[in-house]
Amino acid sequence: MFSHSLVELSRLLDQRSISSVELTELFLSRCQDHNQELNCFITLSPRTALEHAKAADKLINNKQHGPLTGIPFAHKDIFCTEGTRTSCGSKMLDNFQPPYDATVVKKLNQAGMVCLGKANMDEFAMGSSTETSFYGPTRNPWDLTKVPGGSSGGSASAVAARLIPAATGTDTGGSIRQPAALCGITGLKPTYGTVSRFGMIAFASSLDQGGPMTQTAEDAAMMMNAMAGFDINDSTSLERETTDYTANLNDSMDGIKIGLPKQYFSDDVDAGTIEKINDAIKQFEKGGAKIVDIELPKTALSIPSYYVVAPAEASSNLSRFDGVRFGYRAEDPKDLLDLYCRSRSEGFGNEVKRRIMIGTYVLSAGYYDAYYLKAQKVRRMIRDDFQQAFKEVDVIMGPTTSAPAFGLNELVDDPVQMYLADIFTVSVNLAGLPAISVPAGFSSGLPVGLQIIGDYFSEPRLLNLAHRFQQDTDWHKQIPEGFTE
Amino acid sequence: MSYESVIGLEIHVQLATKSKLFSGAATRYGADPNIQACIVDLGMPGVLPVINEDAIKMAIKFGLAINASITSLSVFARKNYFYPDLPKGYQISQLDLPIVASGTIDIRLDESEVKTIRITRAHLEEDAGKSVHEGFGENTGIDLNRAGTPLIEIVSEPDIRSAKEAAAYMKKIHSLVRYLEISDGNMQEGSFRCDANVSIREKGSTELGTRTEIKNINSFRFVEMAIDHEIERQIDLIESGQRITQETRLYDSTKDETRSMRTKEEANDYRYFPDPDLLPVSVSDDLINEIRQTMPELPDAKRQRFIDDLGLSEYDSEVLTTSRELANYYEETLTVAGNAKLTANWVMGELSAALNKDGLEITDSTVNAQMLGQLVKRIDDNTISGKIAKQVFETMWAGEGTADEIIEAKGLQQVTDTGAIEKLVDEVISANPKQVEQYQNSPEDRKGKLIGFFVGQVMKASQGKANPQQVNSLLKEKLQ
Amino acid sequence: MSLDRKQIEEIAMLARLSIKAEDIPVHQQELGGILDMVEQMKPVDTDEIVPLAHPLEIDARLRPDVITEQDHRDKNQKMAPQTEAGYYLVPKVIE
Repeated sequence: MFSHSLVELSRLLDQRSISSVELTELFLSRCQDHNQELNCFITLSPRTALEHAKAADKLINNKQHGPLTGIPFAHKDIFCTEGTRTSCGSKMLDNFQPPYDATVVKKLNQAGMVCLGKANMDEFAMGSSTETSFYGPTRNPWDLTKVPGGSSGGSASAVAARLIPAATGTDTGGSIRQPAALCGITGLKPTYGTVSRFGMIAFASSLDQGGPMTQTAEDAAMMMNAMAGFDINDSTSLERETTDYTANLNDSMDGIKIGLPKQYFSDDVDAGTIEKINDAIKQFEKGGAKIVDIELPKTALSIPSYYVVAPAEASSNLSRFDGVRFGYRAEDPKDLLDLYCRSRSEGFGNEVKRRIMIGTYVLSAGYYDAYYLKAQKVRRMIRDDFQQAFKEVDVIMGPTTSAPAFGLNELVDDPVQMYLADIFTVSVNLAGLPAISVPAGFSSGLPVGLQIIGDYFSEPRLLNLAHRFQQDTDWHKQIPEGFTE
Repeated sequence: MSYESVIGLEIHVQLATKSKLFSGAATRYGADPNIQACIVDLGMPGVLPVINEDAIKMAIKFGLAINASITSLSVFARKNYFYPDLPKGYQISQLDLPIVASGTIDIRLDESEVKTIRITRAHLEEDAGKSVHEGFGENTGIDLNRAGTPLIEIVSEPDIRSAKEAAAYMKKIHSLVRYLEISDGNMQEGSFRCDANVSIREKGSTELGTRTEIKNINSFRFVEMAIDHEIERQIDLIESGQRITQETRLYDSTKDETRSMRTKEEANDYRYFPDPDLLPVSVSDDLINEIRQTMPELPDAKRQRFIDDLGLSEYDSEVLTTSRELANYYEETLTVAGNAKLTANWVMGELSAALNKDGLEITDSTVNAQMLGQLVKRIDDNTISGKIAKQVFETMWAGEGTADEIIEAKGLQQVTDTGAIEKLVDEVISANPKQVEQYQNSPEDRKGKLIGFFVGQVMKASQGKANPQQVNSLLKEKLQ
Repeated sequence: MSLDRKQIEEIAMLARLSIKAEDIPVHQQELGGILDMVEQMKPVDTDEIVPLAHPLEIDARLRPDVITEQDHRDKNQKMAPQTEAGYYLVPKVIE
């Protein structure tokens, strides 16, 4: 039962073969059993979950339910949940119970989904390994000595270990796709502006985007139907006609042009990963897709551009954490400056402070043009690169990461190496494009993710290709040893 | 040595929107602390700003009133600094691409001299909260009700040359924003306040001296006092061979002095950058035209119309158009009264004096425009004399009815019955034989003056109700 | 690209972070390393390029001037570190 996809669970609930309360109890007990070894969750809320499950069962019995009603899931702990601690993985917000629900939280509540708890993450979503969390690192269920990726590592690890059938994540530079790849699940980063950012604690406002993390592309499409949509409270939210993300899942891929950027298949990429990606591409060719070699010449510049833009925005976004209105406050401050400096220094972890320092520096007088403005110009060049490519091809494919999961503590002391690992994901955020990562096999026993990048608003196409791929492969059905029972 | 001062003003005007610049919280003044600070104003984690449409429109309205160019794509930027009354740790403001760029405004220095002050820009930004330093022991209390209230900051070029000009400029902007109904301009409540940049230089020099900034001036009187004081301070420094430090100073009105604000631990580096939560605001020509349609008649145009169409003097026109409320009052009175000059005299004379005495604003006047109009009309149509009218006005002011009611109740109508007046004239002539003789023996050019005595006596006898013109002509006739 | 001690201290002060004197070399090394990586952009010719602040270059949507928020002070101040009589408290600010 616990290994079922959302689609399957939805059918079982609809047929009343199982109740939401039963499902909720099942998944809650899995969460409780395995959280100690994986540390996927910062907060579990069994009581409210069961209340919501009961309410969902009532709806199902009255036939007032939708496809997601009664299905358990978890939120990344970056989404504000009224009355339930929302820590963002930080000591700063260890005691923070938001006075409001994020729009995504509201929407999934309205869809009748049952939230079991809040998933672990890198502190303020800054990290690629979930090791910067104040609550300790999450582990990769495929190998407990490896990281699950990040920043949505708790969500990815929990879905991979089938502790929950689905979770929300956020992606600023790859934070949905990279952990999805390293844990062997499906993760979609939508077009910027598709999923409301209201109530999603900001890291870098012009890059952040929420999205689903699921077993399958079909599940991701179901989640998107509930998560996406215009929000009046988010000025960057797009007013578009409602999309049914499940409508095109079975479309043919005949004649679809897939671009393979030379830069995504360099010698620096793990050989086992390349092999699996090539296998996957052959699968698409079999389905009738055409392969086109393309160039994304500015790929290497995406890391420096990103590591200026994201910290700059973050340094400003995180100024509100000052120990005055909410969050951590240092004890016995001797004056205002002491209150600020100590609350922030004691409340933030090292990676967050590092990025605040970088962001502060690149915006400061005398450096703004050389760093921030330059990075925004390079950002346009990167976007133009993609726009050029999409004149030739429908989608772009490549590995989500250049290597499978690395070891815990392996890169903690080398931030630059950690940053460089984001090479295939950050450019998508700089350009605001949608992209999906789907399981494509294993390298050295660890999952490999295939990334499919599309033009703006091409989510239905990405989900379609991913879904067709998952019809012909079973990588997404693999469950890590130790979590199969 | 003779010096010239170079002054530029930054005026902060709170816009009269119902809700805040980026949230749906109320902007009402005087609420209990923090009850009008919603999650957006408090900078709660995860919240986002959404721009208030009316704030944009009001800023454009101001831009049109100063003949400025309206920026077609204007950008909000974050100004980053830490302060407890600034919840997010940054203020959303505008740096490059402010909504209003380069306009001008004319100020009148005296009857004949008009000076044009250039306005560099006017940008939209959010106000900060308030710190309360008393009553919390070792602490300061923070009230964020005001946080997020929309402001326009109007920045002038350094075209102002004296404290008096600065005050005239400030008054003109104040009058303009009230005319436009984009601000209540309430200075006690902080809706209208300014910072002054002041420097001095040798007369004739074209270089700018080191300037100081005087913060948070909230009255026309203080702007004059503060700047005058600062000019003197700077001259004293230079004359004694010292240098002026570029700094921010605070004006203390109780001591009439400016003092240096404690320099913070570091130089300000606001790290402005475009707010990534907000997209650029596009202002279309259609919108500008739509707003143009709603523009009221502005003070300069109104003033000219009063001169040209109503035949008022430059001075009267200037005074009557200083505020939109006064001008409205005057025009409403005029529609009832029908005599422009006489109405002007009454509004600027009796009414203004009464308002002053009771410390009232024109909008709170005990005697409204309709009532005053009726009174002036009664003077104009000879129902009562100007003298009786003053008596009626006082009674109206005391709340005892309208002009017609009072005239009726007290029987104050002028006596125009020739027979009745003739009787009084005869009585006065026979009671004052000595004066009659004196009058009759006087040369013609002195008679005019002497007749005043008889007029006075007749008016007195009629308790002021006799028509003075009739009395005059009858007396002339009878004394011949 | 290396930052001197004074620069590190200035950045920390602007960001309101207190750093220990003995940690400054670590910060110098870390920030220097990141800036070296960022410097890769330097040779790129961007003279003719307009900066891109937002991925989707669209205009702001404005909201009508309507009061939609009611008083939620009690709820909002529930997790405030220190309040009194509806005010948030901070150590005395000297102006």
